[in-house]
Amino acid sequence: MSQAAAAVQTDTHAEHHEELSFLYKYILPVDHKIIGMQYIFTGMIMAIIGGYFAYAFRMQLAFPGELVPLYGLVGPGEYNMLVTNHGTIMIFWVAMPVLIAGFGNYLIPLMIGCDDMVFPRLNRLSYQIFLVSALVLIASFFVRGGGFGGAWTSYPPLSSVAEYSLTDWGASLWILAVALEFVSFLLGGINFVTTSMNARAPGMKMLDIPIAVWFIVVAVILFMASVGPLVAGAVMLFMDQRIGTTFFLPSGGGDPLLWQHLFWFFGHPEVYVVLLPTLGIVAEIITVFSRKKLFGYRTVLYTAFATGGLSFVVWAHHQFIAGIDPRMANVFTVTTVLISIPLAEMMFSYIATLYGGSIELKTPMLWALSFIAAFLIGGVTGIYLGASAMDVYFHDSYFVLAHFHYTFFPITIIGMFAALTYWFPKMFGRMMNETLGKIHFWGTFIPFNCIFLPLFFLGLAGQHRRIYNYEHFPDLATQELQNIRIFATVSLVVMLIFQLVFIYNFFVSMFKGKKAPNNPWNANTLEWTIPSPPQHGNFKDLPTVYRGPYEYSVPGREKDYWPQNEPPEEN
Amino acid sequence: MSEAYAHPNYIKIWFWLLGLLVISVAGPMLEIPALTIITAFGIAIVKAYLVAANFMHLKFEKKFIWYLLILSICLLGVFFFGVAPDVMMTDGDQWIDCIADKSCVEQRL
Amino acid sequence: MSMHGPIATHRSATGVPSGRLAIWWLLASEIFIFGGLVTCFVLFKLNGTPGFEDASLTSTAAGAINTFVLLTSSLSIVLAHAAIEKGDRVKSFRYIWYTIGGGVVFLGIKTYEYTGKIIHGHVITENLFWSFYYTMTGLHALHVIGGMVIMALISFDIRKGHNYQRVELIGIYWHFVDLVWIFLFPLLYIANF
Repeated sequence: MSQAAAAVQTDTHAEHHEELSFLYKYILPVDHKIIGMQYIFTGMIMAIIGGYFAYAFRMQLAFPGELVPLYGLVGPGEYNMLVTNHGTIMIFWVAMPVLIAGFGNYLIPLMIGCDDMVFPRLNRLSYQIFLVSALVLIASFFVRGGGFGGAWTSYPPLSSVAEYSLTDWGASLWILAVALEFVSFLLGGINFVTTSMNARAPGMKMLDIPIAVWFIVVAVILFMASVGPLVAGAVMLFMDQRIGTTFFLPSGGGDPLLWQHLFWFFGHPEVYVVLLPTLGIVAEIITVFSRKKLFGYRTVLYTAFATGGLSFVVWAHHQFIAGIDPRMANVFTVTTVLISIPLAEMMFSYIATLYGGSIELKTPMLWALSFIAAFLIGGVTGIYLGASAMDVYFHDSYFVLAHFHYTFFPITIIGMFAALTYWFPKMFGRMMNETLGKIHFWGTFIPFNCIFLPLFFLGLAGQHRRIYNYEHFPDLATQELQNIRIFATVSLVVMLIFQLVFIYNFFVSMFKGKKAPNNPWNANTLEWTIPSPPQHGNFKDLPTVYRGPYEYSVPGREKDYWPQNEPPEEN
Repeated sequence: MSEAYAHPNYIKIWFWLLGLLVISVAGPMLEIPALTIITAFGIAIVKAYLVAANFMHLKFEKKFIWYLLILSICLLGVFFFGVAPDVMMTDGDQWIDCIADKSCVEQRL
Repeated sequence: MSMHGPIATHRSATGVPSGRLAIWWLLASEIFIFGGLVTCFVLFKLNGTPGFEDASLTSTAAGAINTFVLLTSSLSIVLAHAAIEKGDRVKSFRYIWYTIGGGVVFLGIKTYEYTGKIIHGHVITENLFWSFYYTMTGLHALHVIGGMVIMALISFDIRKGHNYQRVELIGIYWHFVDLVWIFLFPLLYIANF
């Protein structure tokens, strides 16, 4: 049984990567790069569906009762379904697969210098389960009664009794899809963590691992530790729906608050699960484009651990007005405000990295900088909401909604574009068009602020969420407020139109773009030392690592970057 | 796998486990609730330790695996104590008024 | 021995082989799934939710026999591991099938128990206790079935002479299933006060 030991010693590359047929290369791949792209493409298709839903319900809010072009009439039930599934899709089927599974798959083996994931076939299986979960979710839109409309948090008793939700099948398919998705990410997560722990290149110490990999691993661990109770809860909710148990129904001795706890015990760490990969991506980009060492590598790392640890004790700040014990509300207020300390520290580290650097405003850098700017607004408004006294007023208003989107839009969409534009040359071997990239950037970032800044004001004016038509509320049906709604909606349409620029740029560059060199950005991490796109098996000779990933502008060196695998010069 | 370590005597461990099982079944027969809790759950923990340490070879495993598993259980403790005040105190919405006569609990059920 | 799979699979920077490390992570996530259910159960039980006195109706004898069966099957799978470490494929194959046999007996007793309860009207919707009873033991039984299927696949694999390390991996999983039962037994069968 010395198989493993022998393999570690003879770490040379087995030269038997024969050409695979199309089916095994692209449809049923075991190569982590192809699986990563499958996740990314699936996520982008789901993003289009989620964006389309947002378009439909925003149009209804701006022009209530009128036919929405390309959609039709949005009724009250349908409005709920659109809102619910917009949230579900964007979090579970866009943010998670693209940021964690997609880039995690693509980057982890390349950045730690090995030829694939530790369990390639498990990796393929987790994508296939994910695909099935996406199909189940899409199927739920077309069953009798339509898709589930009980909000992405799916609080019982609304979600657990068909007579209340009016979506007998939609609700069950929804919970099934979410549960399948969890299974997929649990399998994928085990693979990621094991790979990063065990398969690092020789010489790569813990503190030589790029922040992007570290953060994906921390995120995956947070996910694995938080999702378990919700998996149990999903089973219980599903049985409430289909079998008629009463786990969450007060009529049978159950407790609806229990579901809220189960959900948010997962739901709040989940925010950090999707936030951390983006923070990691941003760390890679800002160091490369400011040609500076990351300010306080260890600090950044430890703040991520602190954030992860604290994220498990803040969940009840979502439930301040749900009837929880007021004494607990005090505790959770304190922890919620505490969690902003490590995150603020991390942000300061990033800004300090920029200070004095030779900043180059390429498209990826623009995205990374805009992430920091937008996320700060989202983070700071979060502190208001964390204080239970203020939350009593703000809860379930558009202020919460705007705050949430100021965190999740930067995380998901800006993070995704930052990563895509940065690693596009490596993925497809071609450069993206810089001008179109910048047009797309400004065409997304400006409308984004125009959509969500006004919503803070609507929230302060008392506009409640999840209302499909404000004409029934005299206080909220004033022309002023309606104008704000129309402004936000028009901005959304503008933003969606600008995404066409990206789609055009993406596909044209993929086939016709300028050929990319191995290392177009002069970066240090291992994935840039090999041809673009990398071959099956990644490295011709598996690399050995000599230094950390952020050795930019080292004094006394001719070149301003120093790849991790370059042997130190003999003096 | 490849590591060489002396195996624990599996049969002996198995006899220990069976002995503990007999105690945990016999415990409630004394009909002392406090003792039953100890014989039921205390012995479950001892049994779990025996299985984990010997059969699952945790004795010979790297220390961080222990930490990983113990941390998981601690986190469940955090969850329990975060939820307990809500789920276990259904004497609810008026806080003071209904504790005395439990009237609102009945209303709710 | 011929190497297959990527080189990544055979690296081991932590000193724990990847397969075993992954199993530990899997079990950590399982702790949360079962732990979540158990936590909910304990919350309701300590709260004195009506219906939980029905714990006295579960058959302690059946539960105890099942504990015995699972403990014994745990022994046989660990002996299978000890045998394959010495390279004794035939003996290991036999022990794996003893373990699967243990699983079958366990499920048989479980079926008998379920039938008895349902005949007496204690169905899953009767009250919260029975909901938890069937959910927890049902989820556990699914884990038993899954383990048995995988064990059968592995047994034929090792008879052909490859993937010996998998005996240890399925063993660790099986012991975990055993551990869950060690805690379910006092929760559902003994603690009826």
